[in-house]
Amino acid sequence: MEALLEILKELHPETDFETEEALVDRGVLVSFDIVMLITRIEEEFDVVIPAKDITPEHFNSAKALYALIEQLQEQDD
Amino acid sequence: MKTMLTALKNQAGIRPDAPAFADPDETLTFADVERISDAAGSALIGRGAKREAVLVFTARSAREIALFFAVWKAGCFYVPVDAEMGENRIRSILDRVRPRFAIADETGRKLLNDYGFAGETLDPDLLIAHAPDADALRAVEAATLDVDPAYLVFTSGSTGAPKGVVGCHRAVRDYAAQITKTLNVCETDVFAMQAPLYVDACLKEILSALVCGSSAVLVPKRLFMTPVPLVRFLNEHKVTTLCWVVPALTLISALHTFDEVVPQHLRTVAFGSEVMPPKQFRIWQEHVDARYLNLYGPTECTGMSCSYEVDRTFKDGERIPIGRAFDNAEIFLLDENDHRADEGEICIRGTSVCHGYYRDPERTAKAFVQNPLNADYPETIYRTGDLGRWNERGELEFLGRKDDQIKHMGHRIELGELEAAAKTIEGVDAACAVFDRERSILGLVYTGPIERSALLVELRKQVPDYLLPKLSRRIDALPLTQNGKTDRKAATALLFR
Repeated sequence: MEALLEILKELHPETDFETEEALVDRGVLVSFDIVMLITRIEEEFDVVIPAKDITPEHFNSAKALYALIEQLQEQDD
Repeated sequence: MKTMLTALKNQAGIRPDAPAFADPDETLTFADVERISDAAGSALIGRGAKREAVLVFTARSAREIALFFAVWKAGCFYVPVDAEMGENRIRSILDRVRPRFAIADETGRKLLNDYGFAGETLDPDLLIAHAPDADALRAVEAATLDVDPAYLVFTSGSTGAPKGVVGCHRAVRDYAAQITKTLNVCETDVFAMQAPLYVDACLKEILSALVCGSSAVLVPKRLFMTPVPLVRFLNEHKVTTLCWVVPALTLISALHTFDEVVPQHLRTVAFGSEVMPPKQFRIWQEHVDARYLNLYGPTECTGMSCSYEVDRTFKDGERIPIGRAFDNAEIFLLDENDHRADEGEICIRGTSVCHGYYRDPERTAKAFVQNPLNADYPETIYRTGDLGRWNERGELEFLGRKDDQIKHMGHRIELGELEAAAKTIEGVDAACAVFDRERSILGLVYTGPIERSALLVELRKQVPDYLLPKLSRRIDALPLTQNGKTDRKAATALLFR
């Protein structure tokens, strides 16, 4: 989780990712941010995020996003 | 035909009930667009608007496009403004233009009020409910010339003050003919509009509808975060044609979208504004069987000026050309001594060259200049500041910039604009904006007591999303060159290493 928070904070230091639960819906993450974010996550966690999982539900909070990463890592094992 | 309003009238006569422009809430037929623009245009004339700038500040919608035509019908030119442009940009536009009239919905009215707008705000619903005045409309049409301004769109300026590009009806008419020929538009085409309505990029879809009777659906901005629903949207609306900025297309290809869903109806995919990476482009070519066009052109020459229809595949590291000039335009390259060259600054001449920048003779004189190859009579060309070369096939290739202009998230940005915005924030002493071209990352290094997080909060209030740095760092002192200027190269190295 720490590593994910670091990636998010680098992108948007002004946001409290531990409490924010509407990153997409409130427009914290902006159009095309998502490509950079996903590339960083895929490098850092050695996972591939399938296109169908790129949804507001998975990206609205750091918690939900981390849960998705963990789930993808488990599938890999 | 003096203005494209003749083409609109024509379409409203041929296919009144066919859809012209659609957003998620409303679909306007050609007859609707004609009716709305007649009514609102008459209302504007009634208010006393005459050959002047009229601000249009409403939500991005089919109706906003109809309001652009209303402004034309009143013999005026529209200045499109959107809340997402950010406070700084909107304030500078108000300052530069000082319009007497603004057509604004609730959000627009509130913001104009906050920014101290001194003119009269007109409610679009009331304008549209106005009775059309055929005599007044006819009189204005007769008095309008094709060299009169059609719109005023603003683009980034290196000092922080944006430049207002004055597009005229004659150039728009020429562009309408060239772009529809290049894209090979027909009446069954459906465009998916990605571009905001406050940039000239949206003219492609709008003018195609007027010339060919095609239709355009506005893609909601939030879909550009979720590629699978985005492609499903294209399939749902049976979209045949895309004219998108490169990041919007690579969003789909880079995120493995085609494993899940593939566009079913696309016939033409045109891209521009940035260099398309061959790796991403090959993914498109492999999955979507369409005509692909690379378009190039500055706002100062009314949209696009040049196109290349892809006829081969490109390896990593190869350049996809920008091709050849549109009909009725010439592109040539000038070297440092202003001589014609095979490699040099891209210069454009033709009807599409705009009048210049609004109330800005100094910056106009720098870019809109006498053709150095013509000593015989006055002829204005536009110097793009872009560098290009002719390849061995006779195709034009884009090489880069002469200055600090960059393209980020599909928008044209002067690094100086971000710096100027940062420097207005309390707690920032000095700032240098930098850009990593390889990875397309915009960054900012600065000095001063303000924390990074507080700086971003402040910046967010002032500038559009695409001008926000993706990486930022506070340092003790900006690196300087031997001449005492900020050393952008060293600052870039500091941030990206």
